[in-house]
This record gives sequence, C-alpha cells and structure tokens, in this order.
Amino acid sequence: MDAFTQMTGIVAPLDRANVDTDAIIPKQFLKSIKRTGFGPNLFDAWRYLDQGEPGMDNSKRPLNTEFVLNQARYRDASILLARKNFGCGSSREHAPWALLDYGFRAIIAPSFADIFFNNCFKNGVLPIVLSEDEVDRLFADVAAQDGYRLQVDLIGQRIITPSAAEFAFEVDPFRKHCLVNGLDDIGLTLQYVDDIRAYEARRRQEAPWLFSEPA
Amino acid sequence: MAARTLYDKLWDAHVVRTDEDGTALLYIDRHLVHEVTSPQAFEGLRLAGRRPWRIDSILATPDHNVPTVDRSLGIEDPISRIQVETLGRNCSEFGITEFDMSDPRQGIVHVVGPEEGATLPGMTVVCGDSHTSTHGAFGALAFGIGTSEVEHVLATQCLIQKKSKNMLVSVDGSVGNGVTAKDIVLAIIGEIGTAGGTGYAIEFGGQAIRELSMEGRMTVCNMTIEAGARAGMVAVDDKTIDYLHGLPYAPSAGQWQQALASWRDLRSDGEAVFDRVLHIDAASIQPQVSWGTSPEMVVAVGSRVPDPQQEADPVRREGMLAALKYMGLKANMPVSEIRPDKVFIGSCTNSRIEDLRAAAAVAKGRKVAEGIKLAMVVPGSGLVKRQAEREGLDRIFIDAGFDWREPGCSMCLAMNADRLEPGERCASTSNRNFEGRQGQGGRTHLVSPAMAAAAAIAGHFVDVRDFD
Ligand code: SF4
Repeated sequence: MDAFTQMTGIVAPLDRANVDTDAIIPKQFLKSIKRTGFGPNLFDAWRYLDQGEPGMDNSKRPLNTEFVLNQARYRDASILLARKNFGCGSSREHAPWALLDYGFRAIIAPSFADIFFNNCFKNGVLPIVLSEDEVDRLFADVAAQDGYRLQVDLIGQRIITPSAAEFAFEVDPFRKHCLVNGLDDIGLTLQYVDDIRAYEARRRQEAPWLFSEPA
Repeated sequence: MAARTLYDKLWDAHVVRTDEDGTALLYIDRHLVHEVTSPQAFEGLRLAGRRPWRIDSILATPDHNVPTVDRSLGIEDPISRIQVETLGRNCSEFGITEFDMSDPRQGIVHVVGPEEGATLPGMTVVCGDSHTSTHGAFGALAFGIGTSEVEHVLATQCLIQKKSKNMLVSVDGSVGNGVTAKDIVLAIIGEIGTAGGTGYAIEFGGQAIRELSMEGRMTVCNMTIEAGARAGMVAVDDKTIDYLHGLPYAPSAGQWQQALASWRDLRSDGEAVFDRVLHIDAASIQPQVSWGTSPEMVVAVGSRVPDPQQEADPVRREGMLAALKYMGLKANMPVSEIRPDKVFIGSCTNSRIEDLRAAAAVAKGRKVAEGIKLAMVVPGSGLVKRQAEREGLDRIFIDAGFDWREPGCSMCLAMNADRLEPGERCASTSNRNFEGRQGQGGRTHLVSPAMAAAAAIAGHFVDVRDFD
C-alpha cells in the first residue's frame, strides 16, 4: 500500500446523499479476480449512457455529459466531495479499489458507512469526515471556482483551501500510523503470533466444540 | 463484574490484546467464504507466501454467480465461471471445505452456515459480505468485512477492530396477523434510517423478537446493515438451542452440555446500559413496501407514496424526487396501484423454508396474474430446496405459474443471468432497492415473501391480510 502523508488535488463534487457501493462499482464488474482495472467503471451507471459490461472498450462508450466526472473541469480530480452516508451497502472492497484506480486518494463527506470507511484505509484512500456546514461550504466554493484544489495534510490532520482557510479533521491514531507509513496490517498482526496462540490454547480448553470438525 | 450487554460479552470473550487507544485484536471463530470477495485475498496470501491459519474455521460455497437453471450446463458467462472456478481452486489448494455447485448443501453462504450449525452462539463469525450480520440471530458477533480483511483473517485468524457502541432495539408486544420479520425490520429501518445504526452494534429484543422463529430472527439481523450497523444480534434462548441440536457442525453429544452451559449466559444482563435504546410498538407495524431507492424509503402497504413537497429538509427532498423519478412513481399514488413486472422470492433475507412456506400458503390454488412476466422462487440452499420439495411446495409454486429454481443469490443482485431489464419493476424479498441493484435501470420494491406472492397473484401490491 502507498504511504499517504499529504496531497493536493482538484476536487470533484458529487452532490448526493447515501451513495451506495452498487453505484460506486456495479456488480457486473465484481466478477474480476484482480484488484486493479476498476477505474474506468467507477460510477458506471451514472457515467455512461449505455449499459456497461466487463470487457467493453470504455473509451468508445457514450458518456453522460451531465455527470460530474465527465465535465472537463473535474477530469483530473483526485479528491471527491460527497454527502452523508457515503459508501453504504455492500462490503465490496472493489468500491475503494475503483476510486483509487480512477485516481481518488481522498474523499470528504459528513459521514461514511462503516465497512466502506474501513476498506478505504486498507487501500491508501483517506476518508475525511467534516461537519455538514463545512461540507456545504466546500460544495459552494468548488462550484464557484474552476480548478478548485484542496491540500490534504494527514500529518497535521487538516485541509487547506486555496484561500488558506483550514479545516481540522479527526483520524484514528492507529489508522493514521498505518496510512502515513504505508503499513500492511497483516505484518503488524503477525508480531503478536504468541498472543494469538496463547488465546487459541485457552479458548480450546474453554470451548472445545469450536475446534472440532463436523460429525 | 459490571453488568454487560450481549455485545460486550461477545467482544470481551474474543479480545486477544488491546492497544492503549482501544484498537483490539479480535479472534475469529468462523470464516465463511464465497467467490466474489475472496480471489484477491487468496492471491495476496500466495504472494506473501502465507497459508491460512486455521482451515477448520473456514467454510466456502459459491453463491453470487451460480446459475439457478439446470446446473449440468455449467456457467455460461465466462467471467462468472472463472470466478467460481477460482474459488474451487483456492479451496482445494489450501484444503478448505467447499460446498461446490454440485454439492446438495451448496447455497447462499448466510443460509448454509446456520443450517449446517457452522454458526454457533458465542462465536465471532465473519465473511466478505455485508449481510454476515444474519448470523447474529444465534447470539453470535457476526459482521461483514472487506477483501483485505478476508486476507487478514485467513493469515492471522484475527481482525483489527475498535469496539462499537451498544444499541438496543426493543420491539415491544406482539405483531398482528400477517406481519412478518421482514415487515418488522423494514419498519425499524424506516424509523431510524439507513445511517441510524452507524457506529453501533444492535441487539434486537422485546417480545416480538422473542416470538420470532430462528428464520425470522435471521431475517431481522440480515438487514441490520441496511440500518447502518455492521452487527445485529439476538439473545440465546430455547429456540436457538432447539434449532441447533443435531446439526452437522453443532457440538457433539459429549460436548453439548458444556456448550449449553456457556450459551445460556449469552444475553444482556438486566442492569446493562446501552448507549441508545429504541422502543417500537409491534402492534403498530403494518406489512411494508419500499417505494424508493433506499431501504429507509418504506411505507405501509395501505398508504400512499410520499410527497417530496411535504419534506422540509432540502437534501432529503432532492433524494425523494430522484427516487420517484428513477422508480417511475408519482407522489401520493396508492401503493396498491403499483404493478410489478416480475416477482422474486429469494435472497439471504427471505429464502429459508419458513419464507417459502409463507409464500406457498398465499400461492396455493391460485395463479400468477397475467401482467407478471416472471415470478421466480429461488431457495436459499440445496437443503432448503429439498425440504420444500418434500413438503410439496414446489408443486404449489409451479402450479401457480412460478419458476422453481436452483439455489443462489440470483436476482438479489443479478450477477448471474437472472435480472431486471431497464425500467422493469420487481416485488422482491431481498434486502436492497438501490438503483440498478437487480439489473441496470431495474426498479425494486422490498417486501415480505407473503406480500411478494400476493403481488404476483393480484398483479399489484395488496395487503396480504385482505387477501382471500
Ligand atoms: S442473497 Fe443478495 S444480499 Fe445475500 S449474499 Fe447474496 S447477493 Fe448478498
């Protein structure tokens, strides 16, 4: 996983609440057995006018020009601004994979669904929670200014606007540590192999039926 | 020890270690695996030269991509086929038990686990699928995880977790006739909203929940995630224990009494404190129908489609307008005037034997209405299918004009060949009515099995209680 310390990027506004993971990456693309290549199908049903299927040449498909990511000013966006409960629905990690593959490294919203929020951190995507008021203000600013960019400073836990205004955000210290250092969770957990084995031995004593094979 | 909730007890029993900031390493007892969210996890494991920590904790079955028609033809879509075959290869490489497509026990992972007794009280149960919350019906801590976490559990038997807050949803009193577990949970989501449970583990309690069968409790816990909570659970009682007795993975005779003694404590202490408590009057719950593109957009069948102009909050109003447009509905129209094109009875929410019995009771001796293009019944597993056939339910459905299919997720999310065409409307017993969920441009109305069957017969939504 790539480390994340700070970044600056164009902000794309997605003005909808409850954006679900089926919308982020529709199910027909979940048939892939890879982690990459989902970017062209991010928000597929909103982005294209035809029905997307795996294996299509996406560069030849008709675009829905009204969809925000198809507007020239947001083409190179790497920060997504969204409304509340972003990422609700299924646990598919294909959702953050698609966002990352498209080029998004940070998502700002007033709230996120739990599993999606968690999945983002595992893939080097930073979900940032700001208040409804702050998000409202960002939506207004993005609309008002072409090429609107934000600076995201994870170390300092703040967002800096072009006019040098700052918004502080919270982030769990452990998740921050992993993201800043690009650490792999499995490697970290395996430092505690002895604790896991000790727990397991005790559990085997207390609840042996959890360790027996079916009759 | 201070009074604890059921969730507190389950959590405490699985903590391997805790960091100062409260991040815990949680031990996982049961890991259920299906074909969609596991290939990248196995690949990661192989790339790192790791092996699964405890293969006897894992049970795998393909469900999302499998065809529901004649299996002897295999899977026509090559990409689906590769995914199902990849699961098979990964399981045989690592020695993991898999109920493959030809196994009579194959089915939707959340139906298979409980019916095998692979889900037991007091367990932590995970699966790369958000509806893993289903298994909480057994007094287990069960929640969905992403693919990175699937790999993490494979490699370490643990997950890195922070504890959630405690919420109690108490459904007080009894529900009326014709009101099912599905109606209870849809009404709860309608009340608290799709983000109402975010950050919480929800315990469902109260008389109406205790009166539900295990199947009904699974239906309620299944949709916990639709209320934003990763885990939902119900305390252990005699019904839990009776259900499990004699199942293949349940404790052997020699260990049964010891297991029972520990399971009896799996309920919240009388003095336990919840961070949030919600009381719902069971008697007020009516059969529900969803009208929009989020599971919180539900109304009682006897009412009308809501009017966005009555909504004060502008973001919500916009959401309602967009939903009505997508669904092709008019504000204020009676729900009973909505006419589905297709009917789907199935999914991990409502494809167990009790669900099929409820639908069959409505379909018996009747015919699917002319206007319905397709009405299908997809049992949750091979075992459910066989049981239904023993009871003659298949004949009732077939005689009424329903399709009787092979088990799998099917049109719940349309990763296989079963799907809605653009603009088609479906009465569905599944759990999600998101845009395009059942096929691009498809329109989903979430209902109970009895309500779905009644809609198939009448050709429009009807209150199953008035159905004669
Ligand atoms: S039946 Fe539907 S919700 Fe359940 S596991 Fe399958 S796809 Fe997911």
